[in-house]
Amino acid sequence: MTVTTSANGNVSAATASAAASAAATAEAAGPQSITMAKALNTAMADAMRADSSVLVFGEDVGRLGGVFRITDSLMAEFGEERCFDTPLAESGIVGMAVGMAINGMRPVIEMQFDAFAYPAFEQIVSHVAKMHNRTKGKLKMPMVIRVPYAGGIGGVEHHCDSSESYYAHTAGLKVYTPATVADGYRMLREAIDSDDPVMFMEPKKLYWSKDLVDLDALRAEHDAGTSTEGRAAVARPGTDATLIAYGPSVPTALAAAAAAAEEGRSLEVIDVRTIVPFDDETVCASVRKTGRAVVIAEAHGFASVSSEIVARVQERAFHYLAAPIRRVTGFDVPFPSPKLEHYYLPSVDRILDAVDDLQWED
Amino acid sequence: MTIHADRPVPETAVEDQAADVRRKFGISVEDYMLPARHQIQMVNPDGTLRSKEEQGTEPGHEYPTPDDAELLAAYERLVVGRRVNDQNSALVRQGRMAVYPSSHGQEACQVAAAMCLSEGDWLFPTYRDAVAVMTRGVDPVEVMTIFRGDWHGGYDPKEHNVGIQCTPLTTQLLHAVGVAHAAKLRGENTVVMAMCGDGATSEGDFHEALNFAAVFHLPVIFFVQNNKYAISVPLSHQSVAPSLAHKAVGYGMAGERVDGNDLVALLAVMDRAVKLAREGSGPLLIEAHTYRMQAHTNADDATRYRPESEVAEWQAKDPLTRMKAYLTDKGLLDDDANSRIADHAEAVATQLREGLGEDVPVQPMDLFKYVFSKPTPQLKEQSELLADELAREEGAK
Repeated sequence: MTVTTSANGNVSAATASAAASAAATAEAAGPQSITMAKALNTAMADAMRADSSVLVFGEDVGRLGGVFRITDSLMAEFGEERCFDTPLAESGIVGMAVGMAINGMRPVIEMQFDAFAYPAFEQIVSHVAKMHNRTKGKLKMPMVIRVPYAGGIGGVEHHCDSSESYYAHTAGLKVYTPATVADGYRMLREAIDSDDPVMFMEPKKLYWSKDLVDLDALRAEHDAGTSTEGRAAVARPGTDATLIAYGPSVPTALAAAAAAAEEGRSLEVIDVRTIVPFDDETVCASVRKTGRAVVIAEAHGFASVSSEIVARVQERAFHYLAAPIRRVTGFDVPFPSPKLEHYYLPSVDRILDAVDDLQWED
Repeated sequence: MTIHADRPVPETAVEDQAADVRRKFGISVEDYMLPARHQIQMVNPDGTLRSKEEQGTEPGHEYPTPDDAELLAAYERLVVGRRVNDQNSALVRQGRMAVYPSSHGQEACQVAAAMCLSEGDWLFPTYRDAVAVMTRGVDPVEVMTIFRGDWHGGYDPKEHNVGIQCTPLTTQLLHAVGVAHAAKLRGENTVVMAMCGDGATSEGDFHEALNFAAVFHLPVIFFVQNNKYAISVPLSHQSVAPSLAHKAVGYGMAGERVDGNDLVALLAVMDRAVKLAREGSGPLLIEAHTYRMQAHTNADDATRYRPESEVAEWQAKDPLTRMKAYLTDKGLLDDDANSRIADHAEAVATQLREGLGEDVPVQPMDLFKYVFSKPTPQLKEQSELLADELAREEGAK
């Protein structure tokens, strides 16, 4: 995977339109280099073609194609009834989606930016997550709430929160976060198919990451019912220690593993993929094999998904551990301004330092 | 499913609406949206019919009187509703139910909200709308499950198109909007009744729901039961708008206020609203002036925040005695009908007493059953833990 985020990571109109034109590239057969943005866009278009109850709505998702252009051309292809802009109101978007799901639709809604979703928190926590439970399974909530999240794009305040822990802590929500272009397609299709509500956390800094993928092969995989839910991926095999990462931290973990390899240390990288449900099996099998682990996440470490992962691994693989599990996370501070985020985000060096601390015998 | 990409969305919704209003009522769109100067009231508190001039109607706000059969059927539901309220309150006092937010005094609103809908329509109630839910046809005991405490909801929302009773304030108004929007996209003729109280109009979701419904031009009737208090806080602390019905105008929809203890006026206003919404006039807001005669719930002491004299004043406006006097006067209600209706109400009360008195065993494993439709490994693990504990408990007996 090549990460093409620019050095300062700023979302300029130029990068956004580059992503858009990449998304609009005519499809050729066989493997081709596409962005995560294009993979997500294609997943929605394919799902809408397959099922007319799939609707896409939110703020600016129509004519503009979303501020990140992830919904580019959907309104043009499917019409204003199936891809439309709403008034500017997040609770309204989610609450209306609840009603649409009650009445036979499969809404895919966009929250535009992580911190913009907070006005909708009550609808998400009290209704999206609980409707199935409150009605003893009589009403299902087949909806996807897409949240562009996390940092690395040099966004101004309230544009870069890592809000996954709030959702993961809420019973009744599934939480997916893709880290690769292919998973962007696979996991969004699967989220749309799911009868359970999915918080689909899209790492914004990876929107412009490119990879060689074969869309037709991915479609065939989807049609065959291949599942990523609850299945972590071994992003890079290794033997000495395990780096456990998800979403935006996966490329950083891979870069750290590549750097460690140059120093002769073999690190395995696990991409969690779905935070809820969590794949204890794959993660713990890796830690049992390597005996050492570092958990990496952009979100604050305190009371977080990363804390949960450490606790789960320690409960299941304690006797295999040669050292305490370390975490490399964001500091427990509000997400910093663009010129400071570099000091906040887990970096390759910070990960390598944590790996060095794993009580090696040599 | 018939959603077509080529169905045009009108660019000129505002102009269309103005033309539509002029054609239908011969008034400007502003006059159409503004509530009539006075609340619509058809029957006086003593049961006498008001003259046409006194009813509060104006051009564009005229309401045909409901027919006799509808009025009689509604009265029967009113009596049943009162009996249900009082029975449930008694069950709480006896410790048979955790809590019951009574709508004693507001039964006319409850009955009218449910009766004006057709079978395929939807109703989204609050926690205080048990009588409306029952009037819609949901089994009375199932309606009360939430308050008995064996599950959060007790009925299948799809069986009678009734949303689950909602405790968070106003959130269900947006669900109503979503149901209406989905129906509209499929070309279905569904009207959705979204109910809330006066306090709920202060919540953000009230604003978002009304705005969405208006922007998407959806057949939703927002029905505000203004019972004057949000637990202890009076209406004057919720809003200084001329009336809650006036809030409609800001969203581009019509508002109307009606005497919420006058079943005749309620039915007339609601029937017309449903008809307009079904014909494509978009959403409407109806504010009913009524009064919560009892406390918010049994945990509340209403004497701390409202004077006895105010309660007595509303006692004189009771919807039941008013409707009974009106129908008796009209010759529609005789002793036979009265005793038949009383028997019916008593039968429902008995059903509630028996159903709620029954000790329904809860199923511990149900805890895990309805979290997801496809359970996670984590929940499977936790359910095995509980199953083990239960097996050990069973073994120890």
